[in-house]
Amino acid sequence: MSEQKKNQDNQLERRSFLKCMAWAGAGVVWVMNAGVLTSCQLVPGYSRKGVFSFVQISDSHIGFNKEPNQDVTKTFQEAVNKINALEDQPAFLIHTGDITHLSKPEQFDTAAQILKSAKASQVYYVPGEHDVFTDDGKMYLERFSRGTQGNGWQSFDYKGVHFIGLINVLNLKQGTGTGLGGSGFGQLGQDQLEWLQKDVQGLSSSTPIVVFAHIPLWTIYPEWGWGTDDSAQALSYLKRFGSITVLNGHIHQILQKVEGNVVFHTARSTAFPQPAPGTAPAPGPIKDVPADKLRSVLGLTDVSYVTNGSPLALVDSTLV
Amino acid sequence: MFSGLKKDVSRFAMVILLGLFLTGCTLSNGAEQGRVSSGSQSSSQPAASPNSDMSNMKMPERLPSSETKVVRVNSVPNQVVIENFSFVPATLTVKAGTKVTWVNRDDVPHTATDTDKRFNSKTLDTDDQFAFTFSEPGTYNYFCALHPKMTGQIIVK
Repeated sequence: MSEQKKNQDNQLERRSFLKCMAWAGAGVVWVMNAGVLTSCQLVPGYSRKGVFSFVQISDSHIGFNKEPNQDVTKTFQEAVNKINALEDQPAFLIHTGDITHLSKPEQFDTAAQILKSAKASQVYYVPGEHDVFTDDGKMYLERFSRGTQGNGWQSFDYKGVHFIGLINVLNLKQGTGTGLGGSGFGQLGQDQLEWLQKDVQGLSSSTPIVVFAHIPLWTIYPEWGWGTDDSAQALSYLKRFGSITVLNGHIHQILQKVEGNVVFHTARSTAFPQPAPGTAPAPGPIKDVPADKLRSVLGLTDVSYVTNGSPLALVDSTLV
Repeated sequence: MFSGLKKDVSRFAMVILLGLFLTGCTLSNGAEQGRVSSGSQSSSQPAASPNSDMSNMKMPERLPSSETKVVRVNSVPNQVVIENFSFVPATLTVKAGTKVTWVNRDDVPHTATDTDKRFNSKTLDTDDQFAFTFSEPGTYNYFCALHPKMTGQIIVK
């Protein structure tokens, strides 16, 4: 491909990417078409053609009440309203964690109340660290563990696609350095890994796989603990499959990486944006967002992360 | 309980004398003055008024003075301030029997969780405090259960 052609393609991708980002913070629509998942931000009137679709929402942080968003309940409700306004309704919703900010019962209740207003009756969950850190996930599991295995992990099939919900936010260990076991990363744990191995054993390699978990299953920024210790082992069980899509939250911005048959994607938050890796002293909320710009700024978070001088293979978004 | 706290404070007074000198805090401030800890960094800005102390408090990391960067001492004895996803000071050395307080100055919740589960603050939202009395000498490594990259250490002699 010539350099010029490449540039053209980039521009096209970028243009449609920005168009897709017109409404911020709602969620991501995933359309399954011929075994390949494509994504687009929620835009009213946007036509999606595929076998079925589902919507990923993430990091609603119900209970957060500081800059830049003092009403995260409202923006979460707006996200659900946007989903409800879609012409082709999604088959179900997936919430990739940090449902609440402080795992308080009333915060879980508020989130549940809002999700009840969704037309899609089924919501699949995985917890974020904010949902489990006060009681090792007891309250979360009481509410959301029905139909799950072990400590809340799960799998299900929908129209030939195998979905796997993994939990990587329990028993987080002190991050003492870099590398396995001491990174302050998310972790899946041996029990869950063994379950995963068995779970996919009988599946044909042509089965499209969708994995969802809160903390990214690829190393995005070790300095902020943005990765999962034993994700490589989990992915090794999946490498024989032709199409693997990994959906994560946690970092409140869209990042995407394509590696072989695996598409890694992180979703934005419906609550507040976080800085691009390494662009701030700490990964706290981006605070100085004017109220009227909140949604658009959420939507325009764009990242190019360079580690040790070598670019990470990121794609802004794969679009229909 | 309060008398116990006073005892701790007076016992520790000698140890923190250097810290007080550097930060310009007065001994009478005591543990109760935790909320203005960063404001005391105004000692490096002679012209600062009490009002500007308050504004400093919100963004101590932006103070340009190299002095304050080097010092990084809290004006409150036996207190660890959580700010910018860090425990400050990262290592605190105390005598056995000392009550150590953590206060969260970040806009996001944190915890101070002992690696060996001897203490756990649970959720510390903005401005929440947690205290633990260290009766046994030893080294206590702790971290934030929400952001495990945040680590700290209490050395009890």
